[in-house]
Amino acid sequence: MTTFIATVEHLVKGPVWGCQDCGQCVLHSTGMTCPMNCPKTLRNGPCGGVRENGNCEVKPEMQCVWLKAYDRTENWPLPKTWKAEYNHLRPPVDNRLKGTSSWKNFFTKRDRWTPAGWAKSTDEAGH
Amino acid sequence: MSTLEHKLTNTTEMVFTAEFHSLDGNGLEKAKKYADRFQGWFDGVNATDNTAAHAHASNVATAIAIKQLGLEPIMQIVCRDKNRLAQQADIMGASMFGVENFVALTGDDVTAGDEPEARRVFDLDGPQLVRLMSTLKHGEYMSGRKIDPAPQMFIGAVENPAAPPFEYRVERVAKKYAAGAKFLQLQICYHQDRLEKFCAGVKSAGLAGKIAIIPTVVLVKGPRPLHFMHNSVPGIDVPEDQIARVEKAADPSEAAYLQTLEFARHALDQPGVRGLHITDFRNDETLERLMSDLGRVRQAVTT
Ligand code: SF4
Repeated sequence: MTTFIATVEHLVKGPVWGCQDCGQCVLHSTGMTCPMNCPKTLRNGPCGGVRENGNCEVKPEMQCVWLKAYDRTENWPLPKTWKAEYNHLRPPVDNRLKGTSSWKNFFTKRDRWTPAGWAKSTDEAGH
Repeated sequence: MSTLEHKLTNTTEMVFTAEFHSLDGNGLEKAKKYADRFQGWFDGVNATDNTAAHAHASNVATAIAIKQLGLEPIMQIVCRDKNRLAQQADIMGASMFGVENFVALTGDDVTAGDEPEARRVFDLDGPQLVRLMSTLKHGEYMSGRKIDPAPQMFIGAVENPAAPPFEYRVERVAKKYAAGAKFLQLQICYHQDRLEKFCAGVKSAGLAGKIAIIPTVVLVKGPRPLHFMHNSVPGIDVPEDQIARVEKAADPSEAAYLQTLEFARHALDQPGVRGLHITDFRNDETLERLMSDLGRVRQAVTT
């Protein structure tokens, strides 16, 4: 069943959003732009290497994923709560979830698990 | 508390930092030569981490060498080459030798270097690495395992005010500040208007004075390195008129120096700016000249 859900999710999200099956979907908070398509798999905004024309440092023919995400967050009619999450600090990827269904992980809240040190320092102010 | 942290936290003085040259062989002897040029001028010296995706003596070893040579190291850590376990190990290792200042960077991609076939890691991204540093500073590894006593750390990050999307760069500063960054070394920026907007943005976001902005200038000998940076360094755009100004000058070397001096003065005038980071390709006496022209006096070396 689990594999079945993952397969369906891949079939739907793969062609539309370029889903990379990280298993912890953040599309809603990134203007429906999958950050795993950034060659550096950055989940918290663009690196310093974005070219003058807005294209990617690594793939000069591709628009920087984060420019696209920014543009869509600003201009697409997405829910306000989603837009507000754009600037949240997204936690490091849990590499164990690769290839599993983020839909399932969402409903079981598995995708919200973070290591104890991370969870705590996120609660406290960083300073 | 590191002397850099003390100066930025408890005084209003400008701080000056420099970039230590990468070491490839002849290690400590060469390190001493480099250090001698910096002695007495700088509040911190960056130990780079495989800069421009080229392998060199490690950031940890270089930071320790800088410390042992009587300078204050600022250890850069990029996300390209190591996963979170190795990054934590490097910080804890450097901390054993008294390294306290750390700067988190995303890092250039492997394809920018001379071993583009290497695996890129990017297990964490820049803001996540800042948060990881805060976790260590609060006495825990990422897993929650205790570190007692917690390492002494002064945490910084890097931002590029000159790369699109410009409006978003300030929001990224806010994110890094919230994650625990207290100072921000900027990438080289040859667009004064972009730096002005960036600093004004940081100020209107209420972050001026909370996170110390340290722009970067670079000392070059002529137009060649300007062309090189423009064409080959990711995220650096040098406008044509700035290149022409050096290229067409009767004395390109002097014109290049004056250009850097002008950029340095301009940067120091921006709101929220607490100092200057100097990269030095020249290896000549202009480093001292620049410092003197900026009104710095060389401190007596205490070691
Ligand atoms: S330019 Fe954009 S897409 Fe390319 S590596 Fe940097 S952040 Fe990722």
